[in-house]
Amino acid sequence: MSLSEPDHELVAAELGREPTAAEAALFENLWSEHCAYRSSRPLLSAFESEGDQVVVGPGDDAAVLALPTPEAADAPAGARDADDYGDTYVTFGIESHNHPSYVDPFDGAATGVGGIVRDTMSMGAYPIALLDSLYFGGFGSEESRYLFEGVVEGISHYGNCIGVPTVGGSVAFHDGYEGNPLVNVACVGVTNEDRLVTATAEEPGNALVLVGNATGRDGLGGASFASEDLAEDAETEDRPAVQVGDPYAEKRLIECNEALVDEDLIVAARDLGAAGLGGASSELVAKGGLGASIDLEAVHQREPNMNALEILLAESQERMCYEVDPENVDRVRDLAERFDLGCSVIGEVTEGNYVCTFEGETVVDVDAEFLADGAPMNDLPSTEPAEPDHDLPDPDLEEAFEAVVSDPNAASKRWVYRQYDHEVGTRTAMKPGDDAAIVAMREAATGATPDDPEPVDDGSGDGRNEDDRHGDATGVGLALSSGANPRWTSVAPYDGARAVALENATNLAAKGALPLAAVDCLNGGNPEKPEVYGGFEAIVDGLADACAALDTPVVGGNVSLYNDSVEGPIPPTPTLAVLGTRAGYDAPPARLDGDAAEDSELLLVGHSEAALGGSAYLAAAGGSDRFPALPDDPAAIVSSLAAVARHEATLASHDVSDGGLAVALAELVDDDAGADVTLADHAAAFEETPGRIVVQTTDPEAVADLAGDLPVFRLGDVTADGTLSLSVGGESIAVDADSIRELRGVIERELA
Amino acid sequence: MTVSVVQFGGSNCDRDAVRALRHLGIDAERVWHEDGLPAEPDGIVLPGGFSYGDYLRAGAMAARAPVMEEVREAAESGVPVLGVCNGAQIGSESGLTPGAFTTNASARFQCEPVHLRVERADTPWTAAYDEGDTIEVPIAHGEGRFEIEADAHDELVAENRVLFRYCDETGAVTDAANPNGSTDNVAGVLGERETVAVLMPHPERATLPDVATSTDGAGMLEAFA
Repeated sequence: MSLSEPDHELVAAELGREPTAAEAALFENLWSEHCAYRSSRPLLSAFESEGDQVVVGPGDDAAVLALPTPEAADAPAGARDADDYGDTYVTFGIESHNHPSYVDPFDGAATGVGGIVRDTMSMGAYPIALLDSLYFGGFGSEESRYLFEGVVEGISHYGNCIGVPTVGGSVAFHDGYEGNPLVNVACVGVTNEDRLVTATAEEPGNALVLVGNATGRDGLGGASFASEDLAEDAETEDRPAVQVGDPYAEKRLIECNEALVDEDLIVAARDLGAAGLGGASSELVAKGGLGASIDLEAVHQREPNMNALEILLAESQERMCYEVDPENVDRVRDLAERFDLGCSVIGEVTEGNYVCTFEGETVVDVDAEFLADGAPMNDLPSTEPAEPDHDLPDPDLEEAFEAVVSDPNAASKRWVYRQYDHEVGTRTAMKPGDDAAIVAMREAATGATPDDPEPVDDGSGDGRNEDDRHGDATGVGLALSSGANPRWTSVAPYDGARAVALENATNLAAKGALPLAAVDCLNGGNPEKPEVYGGFEAIVDGLADACAALDTPVVGGNVSLYNDSVEGPIPPTPTLAVLGTRAGYDAPPARLDGDAAEDSELLLVGHSEAALGGSAYLAAAGGSDRFPALPDDPAAIVSSLAAVARHEATLASHDVSDGGLAVALAELVDDDAGADVTLADHAAAFEETPGRIVVQTTDPEAVADLAGDLPVFRLGDVTADGTLSLSVGGESIAVDADSIRELRGVIERELA
Repeated sequence: MTVSVVQFGGSNCDRDAVRALRHLGIDAERVWHEDGLPAEPDGIVLPGGFSYGDYLRAGAMAARAPVMEEVREAAESGVPVLGVCNGAQIGSESGLTPGAFTTNASARFQCEPVHLRVERADTPWTAAYDEGDTIEVPIAHGEGRFEIEADAHDELVAENRVLFRYCDETGAVTDAANPNGSTDNVAGVLGERETVAVLMPHPERATLPDVATSTDGAGMLEAFA
């Protein structure tokens, strides 16, 4: 592959001459679908991305959001004004690493983590949480299991080593991902007004400094490299196309970045990802409307005889590009050396073109903005997805219950999150396995940063200060959820995507939190197929409409197309990662309290719909149905659900999703806590309408009050016998906690 | 009293240890390994993480870093030294404590709560507990299986230097309660002096009441008070 003929003509016309080989390769990479979103950007304007909480929106390495003060953290974003936000900021970004994870699941997934963490660092933030949404072919397939094991191990290896906890995410299995798994990784970082850095170059004359790993020929030899120079080079051809990550270097880079921010040495920063140095440095100066003069020979290299193209475009990992005031360059060098990292001054910011020289020759001389933003957009035809038929199966209750509870999509993911260090950082208040993670943001109450603590004794008599006296000062609980249900979007791309948004928001609400902002990772097949593009268009619109209706700005994202293999395209997959807040970190668990069995009731809060389209039930039993109609006031619903979850009489709270009420109830049961529930029919037990939670409460009247317009349905009693007794229509089953564990333990058992 | 929490390249529980100690009213600071310890350290924590990326063997490279000479001298003069997780691996690699920590029996990383039986209550690390107490503290490691030669282990037991054993929630030391295949369920041991101890579980993750499900680990850190 090389620069396409129409693009070549456009570039030649702009330059007034033929592009050099290095320029052609730069344009080819930066104007690729991956970098320039040529098929998706026209659709992305559907997203609303503004709000008082948005400090930096889409277009930088990661979005930056102001956290509400603890007093305002429980209010819906729509009800806050600018004064309700404090000085503590969080960054939020998401990235896909789909194709690399297929070629090499361990390294592909590991470097995906590395990339999104560096996006966080570029904003002057310290990474504090990771979420991974993973999608594989059917769990029965040997290839899916190999990819699943490798991806989880890669994330575990990299994330654990750099000390960033993986606190949540999702795993889905669906035949549509056979031959094309998805790895979507989101990262949250913490920073504040003083420490914030952006990727906009500011001042001509400032130095461009490259810090981190030495540059080698990593990430070369792929489809993008067919220039004659490279083709003649057999050594390059033998290199693997997937980069290999070095988490130890990344950890040192995180600490070095933090030290550089502490000492205020960085003017602007961009991490090196796709298209390597050429991508990062040109985008940095383009955003500032500036140019650069770069000496490619100055780049610290790991291998001899690298040519200009290789230095420009290699995707060696663990590297950052900084704009630095010339006065501070020596100090940057010292700090890089302290953390045993390479450092080279590669050039400077200028007012002219983006210019690279190598061995005395000018190999690139182009307008940076044209390079970064000049790619023409594609206008592709699409066809609308068809509505499913109505054809319901008739399995017996026990069979259906066992099938959905042991469906790997709904089953326990303990095998996964046990391999992730989800506690490092001592912020994880709600751990994986529940609806949403809750990360403690103590700095929202105290203003202290991890490396700049207050004096230990503030003179108040107990020898401690506010920051160290946790529990006295209530900070902000950061609630996090990510995922998408491919069964929903396969049946109904538009409504399925809306449901994905409501489902993630409900995960937060079940823990008492409300959304602050979201980032999305839009995965699709080959957009040149009209039916694939139609489905993709539908998930973009569905997600955009639902997030707008949830008052949740979509502040960043990533698009991954061409996820198509011999097995066909993947289901359109709109991974949404939602970040929300609540006052404090103490939320009701998704586990019944057997001690309070006598004094409490089990309630379902939210609208139900007798429609089974896209459900685990139909996936197991066959048949088809329409997708549930969704409520059109999701912000009000989520707000009511969160108020119910936060109420002091709420002892347990759990979102209803995959597998419907049947699975939600099974998950709530514990050895000493059961439930006795009666439902009208199979649809009630297994339909998956989002926007509903099951709560155990000692005060049903309070729940009815807080639920407002939402229906509250009494499911039955909480018991102390550790058994789920379920009557549906005329059928009854009783399943004890051990049997439920057995059913839910399918992943752990199969992959032991 | 200021506890020095030694930060190697790749340490990642250094900030957590400082936070947990400060929560208990004990002043603590991170010390970059190349900068060396203060002239007269009051206490030392070797924190968890992946020093030197766990390259070669977990803890092997850090054990040979110059700062460990200072740690050894301080330990010999009675300064309290606690190694946690990667710090335990560094402690055993540097000879501060006996045995070695190697790949879990599962061959996978495991992050989960475990129960420990307090085998001795007459050390600075366990003064907050009673002998035979069961406490809950989380683990997070891929290489935490305690291995030691049979003779050396007999000696360790005879000298009463096993500090904690993995047990179930009733306190029974069983194979099922052994998360990583450690010899004799050993989770933590003492050095030659009682003021030196290492363990794989993370007391600093079981100290802060606002996030932790158990605060049973605080007792160990109170040794520095």
